[in-house]
Amino acid sequence: MILKRITILITICLFSIGLLISCAEKPPEPKKTYKVGALFSVTGRTSFLGDPEKKTAEMIAEQINAAGGINGHNLELIVYDTEGDATKANLALKKLITQDKVSVVIGPSLSGTSLAVLPLAEQHEIPLISCAASYKIVHNEKTGKPYKWVFKTPQTDTMAVEAIYRRLKSYGLNYIAIMSVTTGFGASGRGELLRLAPKYGMNIIADEKYGPKDTDMTAQLTKIKGIGPQAIINWSVGPTQVTVLRNRSDLGMANILFFQSHGFGSRKNIELAAGAAEGVLAPLGACNIAELLTAYDVQRDVAMKYMQDYKTKYNEPLSSFGGHAWDAMYMVINALTEIGDDKVKIRDYLENNIKGFVGQHGVFNYSADDHNGLTDKAFAMVIVKDGDWSLAD
Amino acid sequence: METISFTSQLFQYLITGLTVGSVYAMVAVGFNIIYNVTEIINFAQGEFVMLGGLIMVFFHVGMALPLVLAFPATVILVTLVGILLDRLAISPIRQPSVLTLIIATIAASILIKGIAMFIWGKDPFDLPAFSGRNPITVMGAVIQPQYFWVIGFLIVVVIALSIFFDRTIIGKAMSACADNADAAKLVGINVKQMILLSFALSAAIGAVAGVTMTPISLMEYDRGAMLAVKGFGAAILGGLGSFPGAILGGLIMGAIESFGAGLVSSGYKDAFALIVLLAVLFFKPSGILGDIEISKIKRF
Repeated sequence: MILKRITILITICLFSIGLLISCAEKPPEPKKTYKVGALFSVTGRTSFLGDPEKKTAEMIAEQINAAGGINGHNLELIVYDTEGDATKANLALKKLITQDKVSVVIGPSLSGTSLAVLPLAEQHEIPLISCAASYKIVHNEKTGKPYKWVFKTPQTDTMAVEAIYRRLKSYGLNYIAIMSVTTGFGASGRGELLRLAPKYGMNIIADEKYGPKDTDMTAQLTKIKGIGPQAIINWSVGPTQVTVLRNRSDLGMANILFFQSHGFGSRKNIELAAGAAEGVLAPLGACNIAELLTAYDVQRDVAMKYMQDYKTKYNEPLSSFGGHAWDAMYMVINALTEIGDDKVKIRDYLENNIKGFVGQHGVFNYSADDHNGLTDKAFAMVIVKDGDWSLAD
Repeated sequence: METISFTSQLFQYLITGLTVGSVYAMVAVGFNIIYNVTEIINFAQGEFVMLGGLIMVFFHVGMALPLVLAFPATVILVTLVGILLDRLAISPIRQPSVLTLIIATIAASILIKGIAMFIWGKDPFDLPAFSGRNPITVMGAVIQPQYFWVIGFLIVVVIALSIFFDRTIIGKAMSACADNADAAKLVGINVKQMILLSFALSAAIGAVAGVTMTPISLMEYDRGAMLAVKGFGAAILGGLGSFPGAILGGLIMGAIESFGAGLVSSGYKDAFALIVLLAVLFFKPSGILGDIEISKIKRF
C-alpha cells in the first residue's frame, strides 16, 4: 500500500519537474544559435592542459554572449571531456558532429588525442583547431602538406628546441645534457632535441629520462653531475619539472645553466620550486609575460586583457595552455562573424583570412601550406629572476 | 665545472634509493596490516598517503598550525577516513569474498581520489621541509634533512608496530586473526573490530608516509595509484604478510630504481625493479621473507 503511494508520489514529482523544466525553457531565439564544439582533457593526468583551456573557452563564450552574441547570433559552446583518452576523444567528436551538429571544433588538448581524431574530422569534413603541440597534427606525411580540415594553435616543439639551441649557441655552449619525461610530450621534445642537435653543433653527452609520477630525480641529476655538461635542458610538464629543479638545487648544481621547455609557463611552478627556479631559462609565449612586453608589442593588449579577465573570473594564475584555447576561440569567432556557420566557408576563412591574427601565443598567418601559422618569433626567452619572469636579454 | 667522484655518486644513489624506498616500505607495511587480518589487498592504500600529504598541507600551510599540532591532526583525520572506509565499504558487504572486498577497495580509491580532486583541485602542493632545506654534504653526496625524517619515521613505525604486535593484547589478538580468523572468533576475539582496527592502523601509517614525503616530492590528488603499485610490489617482493619483508622489499625496490637509473638507463628504471621482483618470485614464490607454508593456507 505504502509502496504504491510512494510510486504515485514519485511519478507526480517527476511530471512536475518535467513541466517546470519545459516552462523554464527560454522562448526560441530570434536568430539561429552558432554551435562550437570543444574537446579538452578536463580531468585525468593531463587536466593541467584541458582545465585552463575549458575555463578560457567558457569565459570567452560568456563574454561574447553578454555583449550580444555574434551579429545577434547566440554562441553555444559544447565542451566534452576526453580525459586524455584517444577512444573517448573519438566518441566525443562523433557526438559533436552527428548529434550536436556543431560547425567547428576546438581541441583536443593532447598530441595523442589530436592525431587520433584527425581522420574523423577529415572524413566528416569539419574544421578542427587542435590545441596540441606536435607538428604531425598539421603535416600529412604522405602529401607533405597540411590536412585539409585540421589547424592548430600552439607552437611546435621544433620552435621551442630551436629557440633554446640558438640561445646556447649565442653563449658559445655546446656540451649539453637533456632530461625528459616518458610521456608523449617528453618523448616528442626529446626527439626534436636529438634531431636538431647536429644542425646547431650541439653535443648531447647525457640523455636521461624519468616517469611522469616519479617523486625524485636525484639519481638522474647525480649522473649528469658526474659527466659535467655546460647546460641542462629538461622537457616535462606538471610536478616533475618542479621536482627536477629542487633536486638540482639540493645537489648544488645551480651553477649549471638550466633550460625548461615551453611547458614551464605557469607562475605556480616558480612558487612551488621554492627558490630553486632562480636563473632557469624557458622559451615562453606572450601570454605568460604580458606585463614584460613593451607597449610597442602588438600582443601586449590582448595578453594583458586575457590575463586580467582570467584572474578576475577564476582567481588563479594564468597558465599558458589556456592561451591556446584563446587563440582557437577567437579565430572561430572571427570566422563566424565574417561568414556565418557554414563548415566549408569556415575552413576556407581560416586558411585564407587568418593573416596577422594577433593571439596569445604569437601572430598567426595561416596558408594552404601552413596550418600552424607561427614562426619561432612566437617564443620569447624568459629567465626566472627574484621569483618572477623576466626577459633574458 | 664542479663534478662528482664515482664513489660519491654511488653513495648519492644509495641515499636517494633508501629515501624513496622508505616511502614504498611504509605503503607496503600498510598493505600487510590489512592483508594479515582480512586477506585482502587494500588498493586504497596509496590514497591514504595522498590524503596524508594534502591534509597536512591544509593544516600546516592553509591554517598555519605548527608542525607538532598539524602532524597528529593529519594522522587522526586520515585514520578516520580509514575507519569510514571499513564501516562504509568493507563491513556492509553481506557475503564477503576476497575478490568482492578487493573490488570494493578499488572503488573506494577512485572515490577518494575524485573527492580529493574536488577539494584541492589538480595542482600539486608543497609543504615546507620539517627542518629547513639546507642540504648536508656527506662523502660528496648531498643529503636533504627531510631524508632523515622519512627514514626516521620508517624506523619509528617499525618499532611501534613490533611493540604493538608482540607486547599488547590487542596486537596479539590481531595477529591471531591473521593466523586463523575462525579460531580467533572461537576464543572470543571480535574479528570485525580487528578488521576496523587494521584499516585505522594502515591509514595512519599511510598518512605518516604522505606527510613526510610531501616536502621532497610535492603532492597532488592522483599520486596514490602509483604509490600503491610500488608499495604492492615491495610487499610482494618481501613476502606478503611479513613486516620485516615489507621494509626490506621497499628499501630494495627504492635502491634498485635509484642505481638502475643512475648506472644503467633512467628510461628503464621501473623495469629493473619489476625484473628483480619477477626473478625473486621465480626462485622463491613466497617472496624474500615470506613463508611458503603460510601462503598455501591463505585464500589470496
